Amino acid sequence: MNLTIAANINSFLAALVLLTAFGMLVQRRMYGLIHLFAWQGLFLSVSTAIVGFVAGKHHLYISSLLTLSLKVVLLPYILHVLIYRLRIQKEVDTVVNVPLTMLIGIALVIFSYHLTAPVRELSTLVTRSTLAVALATVMIGLLMMITRRHAVTQIIGFLAMENGLFFAATSATYGMPLVVELGVALDILIAAFIFGIFFFHIHTTFDSLDVEKMARLKESD
Amino acid sequence: MMLLTLLCVPLFAAIILAFVGDRRYAPEINIAGSAGTFAAGLGLAFEVYLYGPTLAGNKFFFVDAFNVYLAVLTSFVSMTTAVFSRRYMRREREHGRVGSIRMRFYHAMFQVFIFAMLLCLLTNNVGVLWIAMELATLSTVLLVSLYRTPTAIEAAWKYFILCGVGIAQALFGTVLLYFAAEKVLGEGGEALLWTNLSLVSDRLEPTVLSLAFVFLMVGYGTKVGLVPLHNWLPDAHSEGPTPISAVLSGLLLNVALYALVRCKVLVDGATKTHHAGDIMMGFGLLSIIVAAFSLLRQKDIKRMFSYSSIEHMGIATFAFGLGGPIATFGGLLHMLVHSLAKSAIFFTVGHASQMHRTQDMEKIKGLIRGNPLVGWGLMLGVMAIAGMPPFGVFTSEFLILTATIKDAPLLTPFLLLGLVVAFAALFRRVQPMVSGEIPENQKPMTVAHLPVLLHMVLVLLIGLYMPEFLNQWFHTAVDLLK
Repeated sequence: MNLTIAANINSFLAALVLLTAFGMLVQRRMYGLIHLFAWQGLFLSVSTAIVGFVAGKHHLYISSLLTLSLKVVLLPYILHVLIYRLRIQKEVDTVVNVPLTMLIGIALVIFSYHLTAPVRELSTLVTRSTLAVALATVMIGLLMMITRRHAVTQIIGFLAMENGLFFAATSATYGMPLVVELGVALDILIAAFIFGIFFFHIHTTFDSLDVEKMARLKESD
Repeated sequence: MMLLTLLCVPLFAAIILAFVGDRRYAPEINIAGSAGTFAAGLGLAFEVYLYGPTLAGNKFFFVDAFNVYLAVLTSFVSMTTAVFSRRYMRREREHGRVGSIRMRFYHAMFQVFIFAMLLCLLTNNVGVLWIAMELATLSTVLLVSLYRTPTAIEAAWKYFILCGVGIAQALFGTVLLYFAAEKVLGEGGEALLWTNLSLVSDRLEPTVLSLAFVFLMVGYGTKVGLVPLHNWLPDAHSEGPTPISAVLSGLLLNVALYALVRCKVLVDGATKTHHAGDIMMGFGLLSIIVAAFSLLRQKDIKRMFSYSSIEHMGIATFAFGLGGPIATFGGLLHMLVHSLAKSAIFFTVGHASQMHRTQDMEKIKGLIRGNPLVGWGLMLGVMAIAGMPPFGVFTSEFLILTATIKDAPLLTPFLLLGLVVAFAALFRRVQPMVSGEIPENQKPMTVAHLPVLLHMVLVLLIGLYMPEFLNQWFHTAVDLLK
């Protein structure tokens, strides 16, 4: 495959990753969020495989497969099951002030481009232009965790951040060493079990997954 | 070889404890596991003392003067905490706060946590350091919510989310570090090894590394509990079981600071400026001041001491940021003595709050009459942590203060202000708790003597006389961190 074509496809996939990140930022429905998250994982996985192919880095195929199985199949499945078991399919999360959130998101993208400019100049990889998108995805995940009130949404924001980090690793350096990627995947898997347990605890204790209800620990005056 | 033993013992102990469950002798196995870890830690220290720094496991692990003392400290405090937790958790069971399944989980996760911290300290790989740090968080999240009260669940959720977000920033920093390293060292795992990175740090791209440091600072700084990233810390410390508060405060914060200092060395080597140090000094000083004034407002005893931890981590971060031989020596010493004194305080606080069945400081009274060890332990512990001579904390704070007067005289008043306010705040609260008659709500109980005594004696000894091997390690570490 021609390098320029590969770079173009990769940029296109990066744009799709960013688009799903923005979609998640304002999506209210639980299932909609999970589907967007799964799509983001799929774009990421395809992009990783393409980079692995054109750069001849075979360990990226393993990363790509790992992403596919973990973020497109397993995590969305776990989230689906949890939502079903907790009977919160119908619940919607409030999004305060959609236009403002979007504007902050756009500002974060511009900020990411500005911040990664020195790194892009130094890099010689075909994927270098996507580093800014990766950082933007991390930032938007962070924004999502701040603006949303629902425990499930916060976790999806957390996982979207992780997607951004993974994307950063492939676009800046053709992926971290395999031992690190496997370790990170393991940590995410453990985290998935922990938040699963947490959802049940929060739900039984507070009768809702709205984290606003948990506001007892404050500084007393 | 000792190095691998040190890592394997807690892991095996965790597996055994997961199978043993809530049998009567589970706490004893926990103690035995931790004692084994400590023995291996001593063995490792002896090896390093005789032969100097070593690599093991295909360059995957390494020890030098900087991490060896932290590894010994970690294994020591985990052992004394296991001894303390035997009586403490038995009592909590009698009070009906934890059940059988949760006890199994508690013991196994305690050992996993120790393993994760030791892996953090001993790994040679920056990426694995990150993974182990995340593992340390994950293993303690459900321990913080062990009591399943609404506040405990809230605290654990906060801990999980905030530390998760923070540590994600550190991973981005690590990616950038790898990006810079790969240009010099080539691709693959070798480019993430400390031992390789520190050799070529002057050839790493300075702009990328200063960007990476910002992310690493925010990431690991969250785990150190530096203001303004500290929100999770007081909640997690006050709502979890006291043995966990003791190890979180005494060990985990140290380990996170260790990671940060290692990164700083690389960044300094690349940028050849004091940029990273300045950032650390800023965060450190802010933590000292904010924590000192927050101390004044606390009502919950464990919450108060967690703010004191923020203050002391601020002091150590400030010292490493300041740099120079005296401040760095002070910072290293401060990590050691703070860890010993603070965990001793948490042991006595745990017993005191069990005797009164509350963590409200207004309701805790007459500790010296009620139980001299708890009362005097708390009193002397607070004297030590507040920096009174002849305890070790005085020595380290004195060194840091001297270095500040010499290198950054303008910051001295702020540092002094923080120290004085913290001193006053602690004594104002502790005085009424230890003195006075035994109140009605106080119930006598048997306490674990050994952990408190051992810690306090060590803090006192280090204040009076610095052993030769420790002195030598600190001097070597100061050279490493230059």
